[in-house]
Amino acid sequence: MTATATPLPPAQPRRTATGRGRHLRDDTGRSWTARVVVTVVIAGILLPLVPLLLSSFARGYFHPQVVPETWSLRAWQIALGPGAATWSALVASVVVAGVVSLISLALGLPAGRALGLYRFRGRRVVEFLLLAPVLVPPIAIAIGLHGVFLRLGLTGSVTAVVLVHLVPVLPYVVLILAGAFANLDPAFEDQARSLGAGRLAVLWTVTLPSIAPGLVTAALFGFLVSWGQYALTLVIGGGRVVTLPILIFASASGGDTAVTSALALFATLPALAILLINAHAVRDRAAPLGGVR
Amino acid sequence: MRTLLHDERLRPWLLLAPALTVVGVLAGGAIVQAAVRSVSPVRGSGETGLTLSAYRSLLADPELPRSLLLTLYLATTSTLLAVVLGIAAALALRQVAARSRWLTTVFQLPLPIPHVVGAVAVLALLGQSGLFSRIAGSAGLIDDAASFPALVFDPLAIGILAEYTWKEVPFVGIVALALLRSSRVTEQEAAARSLGAGPWQRLRHVTLPLVLPGVLSVAVIVFAFSFGAFEVPLLLGASFPETLPVMAFRRHTDISLAARPEALALSLLMAAVAVACVALAMRVARRTIREEGR
Repeated sequence: MTATATPLPPAQPRRTATGRGRHLRDDTGRSWTARVVVTVVIAGILLPLVPLLLSSFARGYFHPQVVPETWSLRAWQIALGPGAATWSALVASVVVAGVVSLISLALGLPAGRALGLYRFRGRRVVEFLLLAPVLVPPIAIAIGLHGVFLRLGLTGSVTAVVLVHLVPVLPYVVLILAGAFANLDPAFEDQARSLGAGRLAVLWTVTLPSIAPGLVTAALFGFLVSWGQYALTLVIGGGRVVTLPILIFASASGGDTAVTSALALFATLPALAILLINAHAVRDRAAPLGGVR
Repeated sequence: MRTLLHDERLRPWLLLAPALTVVGVLAGGAIVQAAVRSVSPVRGSGETGLTLSAYRSLLADPELPRSLLLTLYLATTSTLLAVVLGIAAALALRQVAARSRWLTTVFQLPLPIPHVVGAVAVLALLGQSGLFSRIAGSAGLIDDAASFPALVFDPLAIGILAEYTWKEVPFVGIVALALLRSSRVTEQEAAARSLGAGPWQRLRHVTLPLVLPGVLSVAVIVFAFSFGAFEVPLLLGASFPETLPVMAFRRHTDISLAARPEALALSLLMAAVAVACVALAMRVARRTIREEGR
């Protein structure tokens, strides 16, 4: 922990510039406060996961036990046993989120390029049109589309769920990619073209590598927004498309508490893996969501 | 250059067309469908033509104003909490976790976790048989689980607010942290410091004015989210009054077909209120920030 106190490079000039006692003192005072705040924040973030862990590994976890008297793997065996609904829900969640993320990238790359590289009349209107669906409550979108999908015979299908997930996901993906394209210098593409590279070669060897961090962020962010959806999946999936959030909610409203805890923890694992991969992959300090404006 | 001028002008629109079409057809389709069906008579009702009966019975429901108030209270309170705590956390993290990637990673932990999971966790923490209640029971502060104060399903919606705060503080915080670490902010802070500004003066007159506009756009997303949130109030909220999204869902799944147009009317109403609130908040906030800048 002490290593974390190393000052950032920009902090150095101010230290030499104001090496007088008063400033040094109020700085140490502030960093003491900062340490307390960070400790409280980190504790607050981890705290809600503690009761889930305790109850998922407990047997006969009666009030007012804090630490379970008997430990057991029962809940995990039910939640993750062969043939448990968890596995088909996992497949449904991964398929939906994966396809949504891929479609959003395919549609978002050209759109992100337009918003990131071009100055044109109506740009603000486009940004508003893209953001507006994000502001509308998802349940309103779902209730509205329910009738449309019903008439098309799509309600209750994975296709319908994928389509409706595009409403919250696609705008974010476009905006993250627009941020990535804003840092791209099209001159490099021109140079590659003048050296004889074809359209695909330019895309593959110049464009995509230059926007790679934004591309990874957009893909992961799109996946996670879809991964967490409940209302859209519930109404449009009509109970027939059971993703992990649907399964967890069903278990929470009338199931075994310990099993619900195990399921809830299980649903965080892939998300945590993505967070760690992203923290590792995105060298840029701007963090996974820095691109969302 | 082979490309003609008008081609260059058209190009961004051609690039935008697929994404705009998909979002337009789906979101626009939902709104148009809601608008049309909410004024269409229910089959078998004997009415023909267009009818406003769905809106009339919706507005006559005494629960509607209370639901609207509850929903606005939740959205406003959670946005304020997320912005204030998010900026405070980011300021503290910048000082303490200058180089530590893992502290920042733990800070982001709630971001990828679904709200359903957050709601289940809050229930296990604050519910009457939750961790806090167990600790109070073990310490002899309460006799049994039932005497633990209601922190979920309660009129103040503390459980719901706790879940939103848990999810949204890191969201605001991570964006604020990226802004705080930008050279634009650090350079101006250093300049203010060399001119003799104290820590509070720097925070008040330099750091916050530089960070707030960026945080504002995140606050808009947080507000819109909390306004439209469904699963969290459904799991942690009191049964009366319900938030607007929960109320709309109940009408949508009501056995009586007559309730369907009301669900659609309520959906339109929610969309309108959400967009209006955001537009208003942006205007007020932009003006305040501009005046602060002077």
